[in-house]
Amino acid sequence: METLMAILIGCLFASGIYLMLRRSIVKLAIGLVLLSQSANLLIFTAAGLTRGNPPLVSAGESMPPLPYADPLPQALVLTAIVIGFGVLAFTLVLVKRVYQTVGTDDLDEMRSTDGFKD
Amino acid sequence: MSHDLLVALPIVIPLATGVIALLFYDSRDSQRVISVIGSAALLLAGIALLMTARADGILVTEMGGWPPPFGINFVADLFSSLMVLMTGLIAFTVSVYSLATMDPRRESFGYYPLFHILLMGITGSFLTGDMFNLFVWFEVMLISSFVLIALGGERPQLEGAIKYVALNLISSAILLGAIGLLYGLAGTLNMADLGMKLQDVDEPWLVTTVGMLFLVSFGIKAAVFPMFFWLPASYHTPPIAVTALIAALLSKVGIYALVRAFTLIFTQETSYTHQILLVVAGLTMITGVLGAVAQYEVRKLLSFHIISQIGYMLVGLAILSPLALAGSIFYIIHNMVTKTNLFLISGVAFRLQGTYELKKLGSLYRYHPWVSSLFFVSAMALAGMPPFSGFFAKLTLVRGSLELEHYAIVAVALLTSLLTLFSMTKIWTEGYWTPSPAEEEGKLPPGVDEFPGWTRNMVAMFLPIIILASLSVGMGILAQPVISLLVETAEQLLDPSLYIESVIGDEP
Repeated sequence: METLMAILIGCLFASGIYLMLRRSIVKLAIGLVLLSQSANLLIFTAAGLTRGNPPLVSAGESMPPLPYADPLPQALVLTAIVIGFGVLAFTLVLVKRVYQTVGTDDLDEMRSTDGFKD
Repeated sequence: MSHDLLVALPIVIPLATGVIALLFYDSRDSQRVISVIGSAALLLAGIALLMTARADGILVTEMGGWPPPFGINFVADLFSSLMVLMTGLIAFTVSVYSLATMDPRRESFGYYPLFHILLMGITGSFLTGDMFNLFVWFEVMLISSFVLIALGGERPQLEGAIKYVALNLISSAILLGAIGLLYGLAGTLNMADLGMKLQDVDEPWLVTTVGMLFLVSFGIKAAVFPMFFWLPASYHTPPIAVTALIAALLSKVGIYALVRAFTLIFTQETSYTHQILLVVAGLTMITGVLGAVAQYEVRKLLSFHIISQIGYMLVGLAILSPLALAGSIFYIIHNMVTKTNLFLISGVAFRLQGTYELKKLGSLYRYHPWVSSLFFVSAMALAGMPPFSGFFAKLTLVRGSLELEHYAIVAVALLTSLLTLFSMTKIWTEGYWTPSPAEEEGKLPPGVDEFPGWTRNMVAMFLPIIILASLSVGMGILAQPVISLLVETAEQLLDPSLYIESVIGDEP
């Protein structure tokens, strides 16, 4: 399972980066989504994929019944998803405004601020 | 005041200020007053925090009362407190300066709430003691800086914002992945706990690999070589007050995170990791300053200087001796003060002559000698001339490097310093000394009678500049107490057991 996840995450990272290297800003935004999703999956996988009981301690016990799944990575992923969603919303609005203002979705035409020429 | 409150205040104050300013969304005047009061309060909280941290040692507070490593805790050691204090100082000066320079449209579309939420993200990053929490504060900081850069919606702003957003989101994704891997390795994300558990792992190379991911991610945020291209493409696009704020604070958060991570957590294979840091530091210095030398637009030129100075801040971290690290921290502080001031003064020059292009500026010394002398002080401080702050920062750093026989990096640092002096003289001669194009045609340059007397606007514009300029003179003249505080700070950083003990305590 871990191997499969590793391959999946690798593919997601690769396609995210490929999309970001394209010239269109819409593809840039999609690439960012893929990148943040693959990072989420990476947390999930690296922290250990355990098929187990919910980590609830029943009355009178001091530990949840083994094997139990670690809840922390899930909490981390959840937080990261929410943050990623907020950032994505902003990015989409920005992409739209850029398209409206500059009149193109080609990143190569957006060089006026790069600072390597006067 | 209890320590818990003291550590939480630098986060609570900007949050409260931002929220209150948001409640007064319709009233520009109230927002301006609230913003200045809030940033002054942050400055005071920073002073109190630093004084307490120096007197009582490292301050720790646990959010929600959960003991570490289970709960999230906030830690204020000398370095964190110092950075919070500097944030307060920059926040106060820039918020006063904004009163005079920010246009009403941006003010009524949420400039002040965003300003304070950005500050909250920054102080949160400085104080947190948990890796994942650091990521969350980074995102708080990033999203507000995204909006601040794009606010106003002018074409250059949007073009700069898209690059800034893309590169910083990549860095966040890398950070998130690295945090996941770190959790997989150590089973904890509390920085003190990580520092303890990763000291004697069986496979240090695995930890180092994760450390390199952190280096890339924090390096993008700190704009180190070769990951700095977003900075000169975006920092100069928003109004000058925003530029001054983000230039002073954002990349320093990246540096702070690097220092924290590579003194506390990733110290397994210093001969490898810190060698990389040293090479990166040298290349950052030299490429940044070469970029600056080629520029003729004041804001772009100063943006490239940020990069070259990031290099100086890394040298101390790479060398890991108390004196060199103290020099680097001195450099961070000095750079926050002078760089902000240079941006603020170029804003004044823009107000006078309506341009940031050096070739169009001119005659400022002839008609505005006081503005010019304030610029001169900051420019010479940046270039590292005695008796200003930059000289002593460089001296400490160079001496620290020489003691451990790092001659190559000293040579690079001094060469960079020479080129910095050259590009500061370029601004001085082109912008302040030579006659402006208008004067060469026999007309008066624009803005000759711009500042007739001490109006309220004038005070708001010049008070911050005078405060910052006197600080950069003061830190030079009173260098001894500053350096002794910084050596204390560096020694605390280089002895992670102090940090770990005060967070985890004596129990196993």
